[in-house]
Amino acid sequence: MSVRTLPLLFLNLGGEMLYVLDQRLRAQNIPGDKARKVLNDIISTMFNRKFMEELFKPQELYSKKALRTVYDRLAHASIMRLNQASMDKLYDLMTMAFKYQVLLCPRPKDVLLVTFNHLDSIKGFIRDSPTILHLVDETFRQLIEIYGSLSAGEFQLIRQTLLIFFQDLHIRVSTFLKDKVQNSNGRFVLPVSGPVPWGTEVPGVIRMFNDKSEEVKKIEFNHGGDYVAAYKEGSFELYGDRVLKLGTNMYSVNRPVETHMSATSKNLASRTQENIAPNPLAKEELNFLARLMGGMEIKKTSGPEPGFRLNLFTTDEEEEHAALSRPEELSYEVINIQATQDQQRNEELARIMEEFEITEQPEITEQSASKGDDLLAMMDRL
Amino acid sequence: MVAPATAPRASRSSPRPRPEAVRQCVVSMVAADSEGPEDRPSGKPDLRVEVEGVAGVTSDLGVDLQYLSPRMFRRERSIPLRGSAAALSNNLSVLQLPARDLTHFGVVHGPSAQILSAAPEGVPLAQRQLQVKVGVGVSPPLITQVHWCVLPFRVLLVLTSHRRIQMYESDGSLMVYWHALDSGDASSAQAMFARGIAASVHFICVGTWSGRVLVFDIPAKGPNIVLNEELTGHQTPITDIATERAQGQDGVADMVTADDSGVLCVWRSGTVFTLLTRIPGFGVPCPSVQLWQGIVAAGYGDGQVRLYDATTGALHVQISAHARTVSALDLAPEVGKLLSAAEDTFVHIWKLSRNPESGSIEVEHCHGECISDTQVCGARFCDPSGSSFAVTGYELAEILRFNSV
Repeated sequence: MSVRTLPLLFLNLGGEMLYVLDQRLRAQNIPGDKARKVLNDIISTMFNRKFMEELFKPQELYSKKALRTVYDRLAHASIMRLNQASMDKLYDLMTMAFKYQVLLCPRPKDVLLVTFNHLDSIKGFIRDSPTILHLVDETFRQLIEIYGSLSAGEFQLIRQTLLIFFQDLHIRVSTFLKDKVQNSNGRFVLPVSGPVPWGTEVPGVIRMFNDKSEEVKKIEFNHGGDYVAAYKEGSFELYGDRVLKLGTNMYSVNRPVETHMSATSKNLASRTQENIAPNPLAKEELNFLARLMGGMEIKKTSGPEPGFRLNLFTTDEEEEHAALSRPEELSYEVINIQATQDQQRNEELARIMEEFEITEQPEITEQSASKGDDLLAMMDRL
Repeated sequence: MVAPATAPRASRSSPRPRPEAVRQCVVSMVAADSEGPEDRPSGKPDLRVEVEGVAGVTSDLGVDLQYLSPRMFRRERSIPLRGSAAALSNNLSVLQLPARDLTHFGVVHGPSAQILSAAPEGVPLAQRQLQVKVGVGVSPPLITQVHWCVLPFRVLLVLTSHRRIQMYESDGSLMVYWHALDSGDASSAQAMFARGIAASVHFICVGTWSGRVLVFDIPAKGPNIVLNEELTGHQTPITDIATERAQGQDGVADMVTADDSGVLCVWRSGTVFTLLTRIPGFGVPCPSVQLWQGIVAAGYGDGQVRLYDATTGALHVQISAHARTVSALDLAPEVGKLLSAAEDTFVHIWKLSRNPESGSIEVEHCHGECISDTQVCGARFCDPSGSSFAVTGYELAEILRFNSV
């Protein structure tokens, strides 16, 4: 499908991740300076020039497994730690939120406005750090340059590519359920009222013309919806009123966000499509990961900076329970590195991962073996 | 289960001022998850507000208000799918085989497509999944469309994807031919794919990402399929192709091709295809197009459905039909009924006609159906008189069927 989808996918999912982390950091009463440092570290890793360069290259979208690895790495780009269950929940929230935003975009081009909403908020998180702010603005300008000139047809292809990526994900999110934007079966509500997209006419009119192109008759028909005209177009500039609310921060400290694990059995078959023949897929994915993560510069924390563990659940017991009770079909499966034939690619990825240092945390539950093995193990657990 | 009502549901009514006469509307709301009329999912009421229609009432504004005819459609038993439908356009193909009391359905899931056959009443009989296998260690490319091509002596099932076009016997059991897409002068920033499939006499025409339309010459039997010609007339990716036997002429067909910028080209088929008319676009994609008795019906990304005269290219009718992009159009040729489906969850049926005096194309709205919370991606009539139709939606693992009462 479209080879220009990855930057939009990555930036929007990254934006949602930051919204959730910000909310949890405040809910867990992490001291302000630590919380700011976490967000700054993650954001500066995300918008790192070399990484962005790799991201913006025209390429196909890779599997959810591969993309998940990148976010795992990103989430650990600071002194903050997340257990497997919390990371799973974080990824669930990120994907369902962006899926909702894509589905409800009035025009395919509006996904760019959603991206700008995320970037505007990210700039809010780092407003005291001019260097990182500059990096984000660079990416902003690159987005405007590349996507500003894409046609409606190309945006429709991007939309279709994103929807194929999110196909059959029906995790229920409590905020969405409460706000009645998601049904109890996990599907999103598609309203048939409100303003039409910018450039679309309110349905219900038939106009007939003669051979001189003059309008000779006008008939109304009942189209069944309750639409009104669009009142304003959002801004695609570096600064401006985006008008669209999709992509703005929907979390606040007092609104705990829960997900409900419910995979309906009839969707099982379509979900397992992706898991057919994992090994042939793994090779392409590893190439992609090696490139992308090679560009990721993880700041090595200087000195014995004490880390902390962030919990996406309200209590530790809840987190433990979530880890045990996560349905089989919703587990993010392993990228089996050992099984790949390509030894060279294996070594390159292993080398990249050796460069990452993870400060040892006694609280990390699973196998805390030697440092080099940590990341490999983390990838294998996905 | 019809509830006669004298007043429409408030949330569905239009905000325009109403005439003194009884307000009449027929809008059916359908919950996609249910099995059929008897089986309702809990908590989702099936709404059918239906009153008879009266034509020719004028509103306060002096605009003709047209009401819907009393014809009604009833939801029939759905056909389950192995995989949900992908968010593509024209994502449903139907092959009617009345002689065998069978109907074939084709739906794209993503990297695979599902072909199934059903008996009357929607009882599923056999199904098959098709993929494009490009090589060892490479994931199967995404399929863009699956469509049956009815030729004079055979029926072929055509599958278009990224990188390839594949043609099968009509039940999908045997691949007869495949064609690898030529990268030509593609820059790496462009996705390469084929999309848009139609049969034209003994040719099969397939559109590509470059705007070129490939014309394949199909023999009466066997695999000796030859790429005959490449039509240039479009600069942006082809979205859809429609054909119709040329009026009064045997062995000649007219064809209309559409693209991502809304340009429409009308061709006459032959050993060499001739461009008859070119209808300019306005930057809005035209995902779906149909051709009937010299009328081009085109659905657009801004929800419009436009009717043009195929010979002159003149715009005769402009319908503000949908609030989101049109995803599929189909035609019932016996009666000139047009089916339009869009991402706004609505499906509409229209009656096309020609004014006998002026020769102008006219249209009448017949019926509207709302498929709740579903981005419709495919819609087809299931019989040539348009008395039944089927619909697919993004993430729906079933084909919804409707029959007129």
